[in-house]
Amino acid sequence: MKILIVEDEPKTGDYLQQGLAESGFVVDLARNGVDGLHLAVTGDHDLLVLDVMLPGLNGWQVLETLRRSGKEIPVFFLTARDQVEDRVRGLELGADDYLVKPFAFSEFLARVRTLLRRGRSGMESTALRAADLELDLLRRRVVRGGQRIDLTAKEFALLELLMRRQGEVLPRSLIASQVWDMNFDSDTNVIEVAMRRLRAKVDDAFEPKLIRTVRGMGYVLEAP
Amino acid sequence: MIARLSLTARLTLLFTLGSVAVLLALGGLVGRAIERHFEDLDRAELTGKLQHAQHLIAQVDSLAQLERLSAPLGDAFLAHHDLVVRVLGPDQQVLLATPDAQWPPQLPVLATELALAPLWTWAQDGKNYRGLAATFPTAMGTQVQVAMAIDSEHHDAFLRAFQRSLWLFVACAALLMGLLGWFAARRGLAPLRSMREQAAGVTAHSLDRRLPAQAVPAELADLAATLNEMLERLEEAFRRLSDFSSDLAHELRTPISNLMMQTQVALSRPRDADSYRAILESNAEEFERLARMIADMLFLAKAENGLAIVHGEPVDLAREVRDLFDFYEALADERRIALVLTGDGMVQGDRLMLRRALNNLLSNALRHTSPGGRVTVTIVRQEGPLLLQVENTGETIPAQHLDRLFERFYRVDPARQHAAGEGTGLGLAITQAILRAHQGEVSAASAGGRTVFTLRFPY
Repeated sequence: MKILIVEDEPKTGDYLQQGLAESGFVVDLARNGVDGLHLAVTGDHDLLVLDVMLPGLNGWQVLETLRRSGKEIPVFFLTARDQVEDRVRGLELGADDYLVKPFAFSEFLARVRTLLRRGRSGMESTALRAADLELDLLRRRVVRGGQRIDLTAKEFALLELLMRRQGEVLPRSLIASQVWDMNFDSDTNVIEVAMRRLRAKVDDAFEPKLIRTVRGMGYVLEAP
Repeated sequence: MIARLSLTARLTLLFTLGSVAVLLALGGLVGRAIERHFEDLDRAELTGKLQHAQHLIAQVDSLAQLERLSAPLGDAFLAHHDLVVRVLGPDQQVLLATPDAQWPPQLPVLATELALAPLWTWAQDGKNYRGLAATFPTAMGTQVQVAMAIDSEHHDAFLRAFQRSLWLFVACAALLMGLLGWFAARRGLAPLRSMREQAAGVTAHSLDRRLPAQAVPAELADLAATLNEMLERLEEAFRRLSDFSSDLAHELRTPISNLMMQTQVALSRPRDADSYRAILESNAEEFERLARMIADMLFLAKAENGLAIVHGEPVDLAREVRDLFDFYEALADERRIALVLTGDGMVQGDRLMLRRALNNLLSNALRHTSPGGRVTVTIVRQEGPLLLQVENTGETIPAQHLDRLFERFYRVDPARQHAAGEGTGLGLAITQAILRAHQGEVSAASAGGRTVFTLRFPY
């Protein structure tokens, strides 16, 4: 997967590039709008990450020109201003998602993966598997090591999210928004508690442990 | 133009104009009175002289005597240098006349009642005359006409002098009144000036100054009181703002100094990878907290700057509360806290914002409920406004804190500022801002181990 980042702030650009590259993406980085537009039009990227405030051409202009040239690649906006107008304008121009700085890299990465996955069609699987853990989405059943595990509806949804995105570190805010439709950070440790209860049912009595806490970032489910 | 004049100048001008008008009117009246008095004097003199002439004429009982009449008349009247006389006999022959005197051709002649006769005035050779004419019968029965006039020059001179001094007096008085008026206005407006000086002394550093509402005249007391109220509001707003700035600096200083110290200590000597990882993880958590605080503050600033509710839609409060209960179920379960919802109600508003407001109240309630306690949400419509109450069992909040709970970064126990599980200290302020954006309000009450937050939505 190839991603183009257009970001003029040196550190932000470098770290985004490094972070995405280490997550397995091929990353191009442009430092201004003109170069960014050129790369976007001539390249074959799967995703464009665009800062709004750019020297030369700003993010809006890059997006507008790009869309007029007929490029349909998904665009992810980064903005320092949490303005409603910005949001509306970005969506009108055909941006696919946006984040307001400062943001957590884990949140950014999770959303990037969501956008890249969106483009791919394919059979929606009815069963998910990680090591000896199996999730039957049709019958809403969870089995590990041949043993049936009872989960509440929300615990099931949480496990489904973790298993669908195996190997990805999911930040708390993303979990809250995907599982409970809560689009804000709770100042309680409610996600930790929910995760602890899920692990008590799914992981505690079994080996190997599948769900892991990544301190400062979130949670990940992966088979060793 | 007059609107731009200072009050003192305006008052002085009005004083001066007023007194000049009064003096002029008074002068005019006195002038008229003097003139009338002079006229009366003249009339009295002329009447006296005419009566004298009448007396002389009445004694004439023969033509010879008539002819000799000029002698006694002349003796009696020609000697007065400012008196002119003409006596005509029965055949209009001139019996006696002051030389060079001219008379108006149509001199009205009255037979009777001298006192009522109108005085005739005319001018000749630059002199003003005032005259009376009458016919008197002789003893023979014939009529003799007598006309007399007085040169009123000396009266006129007096009047002119009077008028001159009147003008002079009015001018002096106007000047004097102007001065006095200016002085009075300045004295009278002194409280205003002192208020101005007091007000000029109010700066950001001395917002606690007040105008002396008791010491100023009644007319200014209201103004002073109103200005004082304004100052009070300003002081309060300013205090909040500066508290906010210093709180903000303080809130940011602690985590940033922690981060700095931790990082610098980590860098001071080589460590193994696990130590570095632990430090970075701890930093990441701290940064996340900072980012959340900034996001909260931006949201608050937007909400407080009169953020319009763009997406006005019907919001089912009970549904929102149930969703939030769902979210907090695991947390409440673990701490054996019962979540109870009763009633329902719809309001018009922004669903996401209202959900956030409710969430802040709920998470706040959950944090302060001791294990085994209960959080109850009650939705009820009470004759108009819709009330949503979030009640939790737990420690009673002392009354002096209740009003300040909605201030940014306000914490009942300052020591809990950075304790684990504490929020950014902005939650309740955000709830209040959201409610205000919905024309609602939020209040808190606490007693007997129960704390209730009430959201009041307008009807």
